[in-house]
Amino acid sequence: MKNTQALKKVTILFAGDSGDGIQLAGSQFANTTALAGNDLSTFPDFPAEIRAPIGTVSGVSGFQINFGSEEIHTPGGRPDVLVALNAAAYRKNFPSLKSAGTIILDPAGFDKKNLRLAGYDDEENPLLNKPADYQFYEIEVTRLNRDAMKEVEIAPRDRDRSRNMFVLGFIYFLYNRDLEVTLHFLEEKFKHKPDALEANKKALMAGYNYGDTIEAITRFRIEKAKLPAGEYRNVTGNQALALGLIAASKKAGLDLFYGSYPITPASDILHELAARKNYGVKTFQAEDEIAAITSAIGASFGGALGVTGTSGPGMALKTEALGLAMMLELPLVVVNVQRGGPSTGLPTKTEQSDLMQAVYGRNGETPIPVIAASSPSDCFWAAFEGAKYAIEHMTPVIVLSDGYLANSSEPWLFPKAADLAEIKAPFRMEVENYLPYERDEREVREWAIPGQAGLEHRLGGLEKEDKTGNVSYDAENHELMVKTRARKVAMVAKDYPETRLLQGAEKADLLVLGWGNTKGAIQVAVAQALAEGLSVAQLHLRYINPLPEDLGAILQRYPHILIPELNDGQLVRIIRDHYLVKADVLDKIQGKPFLAEEILAQIKKVLKDGNH
Amino acid sequence: METTNTLSARDFSSDQEVKWCPGCGDYSILKQMQSVVPELGIAREDIVFISGIGCSSRFPYYMNTYGMHSIHGRAPAIATGLKITNPDLSIWVITGDGDGLSIGGNHLIHLLRRNVDLNVLLFNNQVYGLTKGQYSPTSELGKKTKSSPLGSLDHPFNPLALALGADASFVARSIDRDPKHLREILSASHHHKGTSFIEVYQNCNVFNDGTFLNFTDKKLKDEFVLLLEEGQPLVYDQGKKGIRLNGLKPEIVNLEEGASLNDLWVHDSRDATKAYVLSRFFDDSLPRPFGIFYQADRPCYEDDLLDQIDHAKGVQGEGDLDDLLRGKRSWTVG
Repeated sequence: MKNTQALKKVTILFAGDSGDGIQLAGSQFANTTALAGNDLSTFPDFPAEIRAPIGTVSGVSGFQINFGSEEIHTPGGRPDVLVALNAAAYRKNFPSLKSAGTIILDPAGFDKKNLRLAGYDDEENPLLNKPADYQFYEIEVTRLNRDAMKEVEIAPRDRDRSRNMFVLGFIYFLYNRDLEVTLHFLEEKFKHKPDALEANKKALMAGYNYGDTIEAITRFRIEKAKLPAGEYRNVTGNQALALGLIAASKKAGLDLFYGSYPITPASDILHELAARKNYGVKTFQAEDEIAAITSAIGASFGGALGVTGTSGPGMALKTEALGLAMMLELPLVVVNVQRGGPSTGLPTKTEQSDLMQAVYGRNGETPIPVIAASSPSDCFWAAFEGAKYAIEHMTPVIVLSDGYLANSSEPWLFPKAADLAEIKAPFRMEVENYLPYERDEREVREWAIPGQAGLEHRLGGLEKEDKTGNVSYDAENHELMVKTRARKVAMVAKDYPETRLLQGAEKADLLVLGWGNTKGAIQVAVAQALAEGLSVAQLHLRYINPLPEDLGAILQRYPHILIPELNDGQLVRIIRDHYLVKADVLDKIQGKPFLAEEILAQIKKVLKDGNH
Repeated sequence: METTNTLSARDFSSDQEVKWCPGCGDYSILKQMQSVVPELGIAREDIVFISGIGCSSRFPYYMNTYGMHSIHGRAPAIATGLKITNPDLSIWVITGDGDGLSIGGNHLIHLLRRNVDLNVLLFNNQVYGLTKGQYSPTSELGKKTKSSPLGSLDHPFNPLALALGADASFVARSIDRDPKHLREILSASHHHKGTSFIEVYQNCNVFNDGTFLNFTDKKLKDEFVLLLEEGQPLVYDQGKKGIRLNGLKPEIVNLEEGASLNDLWVHDSRDATKAYVLSRFFDDSLPRPFGIFYQADRPCYEDDLLDQIDHAKGVQGEGDLDDLLRGKRSWTVG
């Protein structure tokens, strides 16, 4: 009998070389854990290179998961457990491990060669000088897995490829997880490769059984989380975003056209949608970012829901076409899965540094609504809502996600199709007296689709005469049109729900205002601050352009506003500009999400420094 | 409601004043288009003109159909998205040598290789008109303009060779000053299934007047214009001269000095190799061909895409939104 210890939550970081299958093992653990009924949040972190130099620190791939029987808002700060398949993974991640944490490692990954590749000096070996207080499990993964592979027909060069499954099996044993989800997954994945299927299944079971045979090991039990009742699934941000687009097109009764050029970390949206042809989704892998957006504009002109998705550098290329879409006043959704910038920047790392670009980055007076998703599953709602505003207000809409949300996953209480809001496209049906740029009380023009007799008209990027849409260089008309388009976009805010605090009192010494992926970390930090009796509140901003009409009154109630952002201070400038309030930024520009402790520390610092 | 097919050129003329320079070759092209479309049997509401930026790109404003005057170089991509959305439309991309071959060159070659069923009219005047006279990607080497005071250093594109290189399935050349020929080519391009690429020589009488004089001047054109006719020998100069192939090398022969019609190259627009040789008739040592250089039957992108969608629906069934939201694995919290 093993000891079993109950835990409320635990954070595990799987780490190894980028060829070790860490992401696959991690996501399998996440799926299994979700089905086991825990709440969870994950954070995959991998190099930009497909095969970064083997064994080096720069080639380390990591997958962190925080799961528990209580509500989970972040992938966890410092991990409790580090699984390190080689010396580089250990070297890179040991410093972030919780003190007195657990390390599970494969000594084969700490041989002379691996130590040298990881940058350790000659004769330096962390295993010979283990820090006290930490618990080390040295498991000969490579050797044990090779033993298991003896029973399988497999080429010698392939026999170590299933090490990730061995480790996963062992972790499943430790945390009392069922193997069924992963066995099922392997059967799907290796449907046509019986040898590989056999090897991976064997490795998974061997790892699990190894746990069962060794002595003196404690297993852990994490009870199911008390989540709101309903049906759940696990979802990543990019998956959720793709689903949100399809759902919106179905609710609007429009075809979905997705024009995109492959770019990290947005490509998975294209992959998700390309696999949904039976939903009538038309995906178009364009020759470049510009064709991706302009083909979507063409689709919207033709009466489809035109969507394009990209990341920062691609967004820069789409800028001129965004202006055209705004000028034409056609629906268009532009998804920016932000990554570290500027230029090519940090392709696989996360950042929130495209906010200014989204709100302001175009020539001329070109207002465009901007919506930011705040969690992986919220990417669904941001995409759905973005599409709804685009269609109902005849405007391009920018939906901001980021690399962290895109690849992270969480359990999602998904909606029923029937419960989703209807989306009503403002189609022009009547033939008489059609003027392409005549507007309703929301300043929205009607959508006449090629193929409709009697509504033939011409659109263009040149300034238009009010109502007729004919080319006009008239001075007064230009000013009128600029103001009209601005008013039209401002009117989108009329559709927003009431702005509500997430935590804290209506009046407090400090308001922590966030946007995008920082929501979870702020939530944990503010909850802790409130528990410690600090006077603080949390508000999370979803609509960045136009800003909610009731936001100003809320902000005025707080003498100080702290805005944590994964950039050098962008929302903070917008907020100061709009409301002239005292707002300061907590910036972090390391390609990584915030840790709750970083935000908590800043909350305390601000409250201590302030005159409260 | 569908408009009747008894429309006339006037029905295709919009209420907008045409604002090209007086004497511009664009007027003729617009006029030929307005007179051809009523004969094509397409309802007016099913016709769309998409353009980029430049003098030629003002074209959609003057056609009483659906249209979009978009941004520089991007018309092929916009038209592709539109055609994929509604394959029933007859879509005409209007572009120029700057719009289509310089800033939009990438989109043009990708449109051609995908073979989306569109018609591309490239107005080639070998100069930038709307920006007032800089050299263009089709300007001849050494051309002196405001941006090339000592002569252009850019080797010019050969638009038809480029189109053939991109595997275009219909490649033709016409000219603003030969209305009948232009109308025939426009009509043929409409009837071709796939991307039709038509280069139209167009005189810019302000910034590049007379650049195509060899092909328009009554005294010169006999010697320089070679009209391609399907199945006919390559004969020009009032039947006095012809083209013979020596291997793959074209030679001019004089029919009045003993050469026989039987020895001449017979035009076959289905022959890709010969089409390429024809496209290289590009200096004054050989006459310039006009007509359909090449045409081929090749699947269209939008048809194949719709086939894939139909196939997916057939195999997987029409997608249900609730199934999609639920995913492969869900669980219930009680």
